[in-house]
Amino acid sequence: MSTQIAPPMDRRAFFKISGLAGGGLLLGTCLSFTDESDAAAPVEKGLGGGASLNAFVRIAPDGRIYIAAHTPECGQGVRTSMPMLVAEELDVDWRQVTVELVPLDAVYGAQFAGGSTTTPRCYTPLRQVGATARLMLVAAAAKRWSVPEAECRTETAKVVHPASKRTLGYGELAAEAAKLPVPDAKSVALKDPRDFKVIGRRISGVDNPALVSGKALFGIDQKLPGMLYAVFEKCPVFGGKVVSANLDTVKSLPGVRDAFVVEGTPNLTGLMPGVAIVADSTWAAFSARRQLKVTWDEGPHANDSWSGFLAKAAELGPQPGKQSLRKDGDVAAQLAAATRKVEAVYTYPFISHANLEPQNCTAWFRDGIMEMWAPSQRPGGGPDLINEVLGIAKDKVKVNITRMGGGFGRRLSSDFMVEAAAIAQRVPAPVKLTWSREDDLRHDHYRPGGVHFLKGAVDGAGAIAAWHNHFVTFGNRGRPGSGGSLSADEFPARFLPHYQSEMSVIDCGIPMGPWRAPGSCVFAWVIQSFIDELAAAGGRDPLELRLALLGDKTMVTTPGERPNGYDAARMRAVVKLVAEKSGWGQALPKGRGRGIAFHFSHRGYFANVAEVTVSKEGVLKVDRVVVVGDVGSQIVNPSGADNQVEGSIIDGLSAAYQELDLDRGRIVQSNFHEYPLLRITEAPKVETHYLLTNNPPTGLGEPALPPLAPAVCNAVFAACGKRIRTLPLSKNDLRWT
Amino acid sequence: MTYSLKINGQARTVNVPPDTPLLWVLRDHLDLVGTKYGCGMGLCGACTIHINGVPMRSCQMPVGTAVGMQITTIEGLSAECSHPVQQAWIEEDVAQCGYCQSGQIMTAAALLKSNPKPSDEDITNAMAGNLCRCATYQRIRQGIHRAADLAAGKAVAS
Repeated sequence: MSTQIAPPMDRRAFFKISGLAGGGLLLGTCLSFTDESDAAAPVEKGLGGGASLNAFVRIAPDGRIYIAAHTPECGQGVRTSMPMLVAEELDVDWRQVTVELVPLDAVYGAQFAGGSTTTPRCYTPLRQVGATARLMLVAAAAKRWSVPEAECRTETAKVVHPASKRTLGYGELAAEAAKLPVPDAKSVALKDPRDFKVIGRRISGVDNPALVSGKALFGIDQKLPGMLYAVFEKCPVFGGKVVSANLDTVKSLPGVRDAFVVEGTPNLTGLMPGVAIVADSTWAAFSARRQLKVTWDEGPHANDSWSGFLAKAAELGPQPGKQSLRKDGDVAAQLAAATRKVEAVYTYPFISHANLEPQNCTAWFRDGIMEMWAPSQRPGGGPDLINEVLGIAKDKVKVNITRMGGGFGRRLSSDFMVEAAAIAQRVPAPVKLTWSREDDLRHDHYRPGGVHFLKGAVDGAGAIAAWHNHFVTFGNRGRPGSGGSLSADEFPARFLPHYQSEMSVIDCGIPMGPWRAPGSCVFAWVIQSFIDELAAAGGRDPLELRLALLGDKTMVTTPGERPNGYDAARMRAVVKLVAEKSGWGQALPKGRGRGIAFHFSHRGYFANVAEVTVSKEGVLKVDRVVVVGDVGSQIVNPSGADNQVEGSIIDGLSAAYQELDLDRGRIVQSNFHEYPLLRITEAPKVETHYLLTNNPPTGLGEPALPPLAPAVCNAVFAACGKRIRTLPLSKNDLRWT
Repeated sequence: MTYSLKINGQARTVNVPPDTPLLWVLRDHLDLVGTKYGCGMGLCGACTIHINGVPMRSCQMPVGTAVGMQITTIEGLSAECSHPVQQAWIEEDVAQCGYCQSGQIMTAAALLKSNPKPSDEDITNAMAGNLCRCATYQRIRQGIHRAADLAAGKAVAS
């Protein structure tokens, strides 16, 4: 097993390949290959040559198997787990496989890394890709031997005819197989999971040898002949425009080739106005930037501040919400009649993605073609935005997908791509745009902050009698930002007869974007913390009340709206298992506590139990987190899966410590000394368990994260009686006696 | 100005302004891009290299301060990924995005040189300066223990 980068594709040849994939369209709505049927000869291409059986599988005469990895890699392990699906059904040994990285191309269907969708989107289609290729190899062997295909079988990259004891390796058959018609993917039988030899094995990432020797190339590592290096200064107040800049001074500085104003557009997540400096090296560009002086028109948000937003939220909170999200039963009457009521305000700040690889992009504009090397989770978004802003036709934008130093949703945006393209349009050479750490922190598309005004009632038996949430969120031009919109179905909606949710939007100029488990990453904290408050008010055990709330329901749906409902039975099962695995109910001394929380997002059912220690001086340490997840019937690569879960848990804890402040329209924090990320010193032990169920396999990039923060905060309450209603955690005084 | 540097056992000459950090000399001028830019303030550890065997932040070292020193980058840590830390990192599948891992590996390799059998606490202290945004800390800890075993001959590379 190894990796390599496929050479640039000849498009015409490529469409022949996709034609051979034939059944392309039949391979599923998910991959939706281009359908250009063409019974062409096999196409020789790529390193080492070989014959392509479809767009994903190429086999060299020496038996080497090349499998395309088509999904962008940002650390979620898909360059390993997706080719594993193909290899399994192709019936080859993983050690015979070389994974090839391919550019953005319509033949691969969706090339996208977000929403934990890669596994559910590709699990069956990529197995079909492998299975149809295997059948073509069987057909080629049967033809050569003049025996029925049914008498042949495959065995680790060989076709075998047991009756005559004949064997042919895939390498010997590939050229003939590639000329045969592609079987209908839907009619091809896939392996019984009990026979899996590759899927389900712990397989180390295909890029690991390159990564540990410094050879893996990220976006920021790209270098082209004659390449120049650019920086781009934007207004510290989002969307502010350039009035003037000392361009002549900057252009005279050592190593500087050019400096110019980029006009930009009003789109907060598109091309912002700014000043570009193009130089001979990154350091020359960074140095020149220190001499740059820009006069900005800071626009209408120059006086916005986080403290001002909180004051506004405090004013809005007690009023009726501007928008009603859901109204079941009579919450007001229940609250009026209840003997035990809890009112609470939960507040969390804006935070950043803080990818360790700052945003960057390399672009080369020549002969009307904009070629890009983009660390993007959604490379197809670049050509769209570039077309819209710069008027370059989408098919004139060629995108090479690079490895990414972290995604977390940040790289679903294409702002860095359009910036690089706008600069490259004016530079007669390839140019690499590199953001500084400060650019990255101060020009993110942030996870929105929010304030939830909650009221709840418990009845005489301690059951939740009513739930009311007025969510004050943030938006641009009246619409909630990405991840800032509460669903009408958000739990515990549909589980309580008296439930009401409302929303009001505070307008701001802050760009917002999806942050790992958008919405869920904070809503779970609010909801699962408040459930704990109601459990305490009603004298109920937090686990027991949760199980009672889930009740005996099974699939809970909203008519006509959500094909994927909320399976309460799956949730109950993970909650029960996490209680068992964590030793729920066993006594802990004062100052130590256990907290539980669960959440459903991205098709995954997760429950976490956190165990914490809070010292009398109020120092919090998360000692251990037990995670149980139900993501269906199969874990494709347990090693990568555990990595995703462990990363999600620690990321969830890290996020609970993070905070951005806004003052005079500007993000205050600049670098990691003011915006610390969690270090090894604070990383808890994570124990991961999967509950395998008879459901389609789904993704793991996000769903383990949301229950973490409430599990920790509920554990803090159990440890010392302090209820955390404000994030970051550091805002809370946890001292106890 | 012209500087003569000893990098990964080779003599290299560069002509750059004196305030250029070694990080950017490595990355832009010598094509040794395994050493990463993360913060430019010595806060994240992604740019960690060895200077005379000691882990240092290359973003904080003006090029001139490295003259006469033995500079080792991730590319020069071993031939063919043979260093026990590299082997252990592959076996334990430590990396997620991988961006910080050059720095993590250089710090871990220096730790094991001075402390061949580190405790969990030793690991925590040594690795505290290296951020991992994907939070691979649990695997980093396992990886260092595994590398210690490999180096001591207590385990065989798989």
